[in-house]
Amino acid sequence: MAACGAEMHINPEMEVLWSEVKPSHSNMSAPPHPQPPTKGASHGAGDFSYVGIDAILEQMRRKAMKQGFELNIMIVGQSGLGKSTLMNTLFKSKVSRKSVVSTPEERIPKTIEIKSISHDIEEKGVRMKLTVIDTPGFGDHINNENCWQPIMKFINDQYEQYLQEEININRKKRIPDSRVHCCMYFIPPTGHCLRPLDVEFMSRLSKVVNIVPVIAKADTLTLEERDFFKQTIREGLRANGIDVYPQEEFDEDSDDRMINDKIREMIPFAVVGSDQEYQVNGKRLLGRKTKWGTIEVENIAHCEFAYLRDLLIRTHMQNIKDITSSIHYEVYRVRRLNETNAQPNGQPPNTLVNPQQANGVAAQHQVLTHEM
Amino acid sequence: MIERPESAVASIAQRNLEGYVGFANLPNQVYRKSVKRGFEFTLMVVGESGLGKSTLINSLFLTDLYSKDYPGPSLRIKKTVQVEQSKVLVKEGGVQLTLTIVDTPGFGDAVDNSNCWQPVINYIDSKCEDFLNAESRVNRRLMPDNRVHCCLYFIAPSGHGLKPLDVEFMKRLHDKVNVIPLIAKADTLTPEECQLFKKQIMKEIQEHKIQIYEFPDTEDDEDSKLIRKIKMPLAVVGSNVVIEVNGKKVRGRQYPWGVAEVENGEHCDFTVLRNMLIRTHMQDLKDVTNNVHYENYRSRKLAAVTCNGGVDTSKTKNQMTRSPLAQMEEERREHVMKMKKMETEMEQVFEMKVKEKKQKLKDSEAELERRHEQMKKNLEAQYKELEEKKRHHEEEKSNWEAQQRILEQQKLEASKTMEKNKKKGKIF
Repeated sequence: MAACGAEMHINPEMEVLWSEVKPSHSNMSAPPHPQPPTKGASHGAGDFSYVGIDAILEQMRRKAMKQGFELNIMIVGQSGLGKSTLMNTLFKSKVSRKSVVSTPEERIPKTIEIKSISHDIEEKGVRMKLTVIDTPGFGDHINNENCWQPIMKFINDQYEQYLQEEININRKKRIPDSRVHCCMYFIPPTGHCLRPLDVEFMSRLSKVVNIVPVIAKADTLTLEERDFFKQTIREGLRANGIDVYPQEEFDEDSDDRMINDKIREMIPFAVVGSDQEYQVNGKRLLGRKTKWGTIEVENIAHCEFAYLRDLLIRTHMQNIKDITSSIHYEVYRVRRLNETNAQPNGQPPNTLVNPQQANGVAAQHQVLTHEM
Repeated sequence: MIERPESAVASIAQRNLEGYVGFANLPNQVYRKSVKRGFEFTLMVVGESGLGKSTLINSLFLTDLYSKDYPGPSLRIKKTVQVEQSKVLVKEGGVQLTLTIVDTPGFGDAVDNSNCWQPVINYIDSKCEDFLNAESRVNRRLMPDNRVHCCLYFIAPSGHGLKPLDVEFMKRLHDKVNVIPLIAKADTLTPEECQLFKKQIMKEIQEHKIQIYEFPDTEDDEDSKLIRKIKMPLAVVGSNVVIEVNGKKVRGRQYPWGVAEVENGEHCDFTVLRNMLIRTHMQDLKDVTNNVHYENYRSRKLAAVTCNGGVDTSKTKNQMTRSPLAQMEEERREHVMKMKKMETEMEQVFEMKVKEKKQKLKDSEAELERRHEQMKKNLEAQYKELEEKKRHHEEEKSNWEAQQRILEQQKLEASKTMEKNKKKGKIF
């Protein structure tokens, strides 16, 4: 649909935080030539010790550009927390459900609905199919018991769909990936602590999907209140054993851990969304104008939107997708396949005696390559 | 001058005074008396946790009702909805005000919020009932007025409209107490969003036929102009922190992009709320509570008690004097009946116990009988045994005696023959 033509405002301060990130093929702002390898050997055709293995990066890049990427984000939170506005701000185009649907619907649906809208956006030759999954009606009723169930069912249905495609005898070369990669959970800015509803939802869903909690409408909190609130939320998450993205157990090496630790100290991000531009100091910026000042959305002194955007899009998008496919999906798959082949002598889950096992091992590798 | 009765009934003629009488001093007397007596005001705040209720109370009355040592209910997580009241005595310019703040922590915080308004309704009704009982007593010298005069309902600033919980709550409470809806944390909304939000809320309030407390026009023109310009519901921001802005000390909230001033009319409607609530309409709130809400409650309650059937709004003198007495009669009869019931119950219990005891005694008697029988049987058996032995013994004895006799006889015979032999022997 909409082409993302606007130049993304890269905040120079951002380089300081995640400069340790090694350039990977998912970094969309990388210049269009291969990065030199970190090992001592220099590039250049005339060097004796140069083999050319690093040129694989370029090949991968080209293939990825041709194939395009898929990203499925689910947004969950009470109505009125600015979810649609934030989506529009993140992708700098009208991708939210409200912008697409023209007919006025009933504001709070009687039951929780799952509405999924896909967009094709493009930037610098890289195409992305972005699917925004909205959940109107969550947490809006008087009795919110079990409001997480439709959402869990939807996520499991997506896994199921992928699994069915995978274990097909004649399956497609590239399985369409509709699994939910990331679930953004919006916490209302009360300033005190996590509510019981938040705890219930996040503890259940952190086991099946990557959860990224954000503090919505953060322009309501002063800086001290914001720090206090974040601390309380982190304590609440720890106390309830909720593992949000980035999960500690999936850190691959010490570099990863360092970067992720820094991120973990900052979650949940306090964000403000806006799709209106205002003139500030001669520049046109996205923001919210009040009588006492203008809140700039991309100014990290004002709110943490820039950090969230970088996490989700610029640095960790591939990692999020990997964790979804290699960990969450695998857990589901193992459980499912064990259910369908209930062994009477109770063999351990890894040894599946069925004709699909050979396929299963191969499929694991297949899945990873599909994600490229 | 004495009026003729007819004209007194027909119209009250106005007369001009020809000198200074002095009843212009009446307001001053009322004023002095009120000041001496002091005023009471009960304010209830309702809303989800984290909407800034405690902060707003502190800002309204410029004191820290909830301080660090005595943290407000919002900092503690509640499992069920509670109703907590705190009394404060504030003095200003010689006038003292007993302020009661009623807080409802836990409202709307749980996953399932059905009937979370029930504790609130119960509280309001119980206060009205206390007042009703105090009013009906014989000695009414001290009548503390603990009725809830005003309920501030905090609406979360979503920007869209009312939530189902808001609608339910207001529908149930609008005929029991003066409900004033407020938009909480209004510094989250830009001016345009605020206007839209207010319009949407008022539309929904009218749709659901909720009767909120409308600030009536005062005689003062300026005030009423202000009221008409600022639409309900009022969007408020609370803060008790003093910040320096352009050399001036103001109360507000410090953000990286500016300072939201609490008392600035352009930033939020806090001053409007404070003026209306405290400076101009406090008495009116109390009057409406007394005349409308309390009377509704009273007529409902008394109509249920007396057998006059239906809701009777017109109160004649007879009904007013009969109903308390009738109620007392009723109560006395009830009490007597209760006593009788208790008596019969106790008798029943007593009977039961007696029966039980009797049964027990019978049982033990039967037990004893049985044992007695058993022992007798044992004894008889032993007796028989002994008899048997004795007989045996007798037999043996008689045998032995018989043998002895035979032996004796033999012996006698032997001695006889020996004697014979001896005699014979002698002859030899």
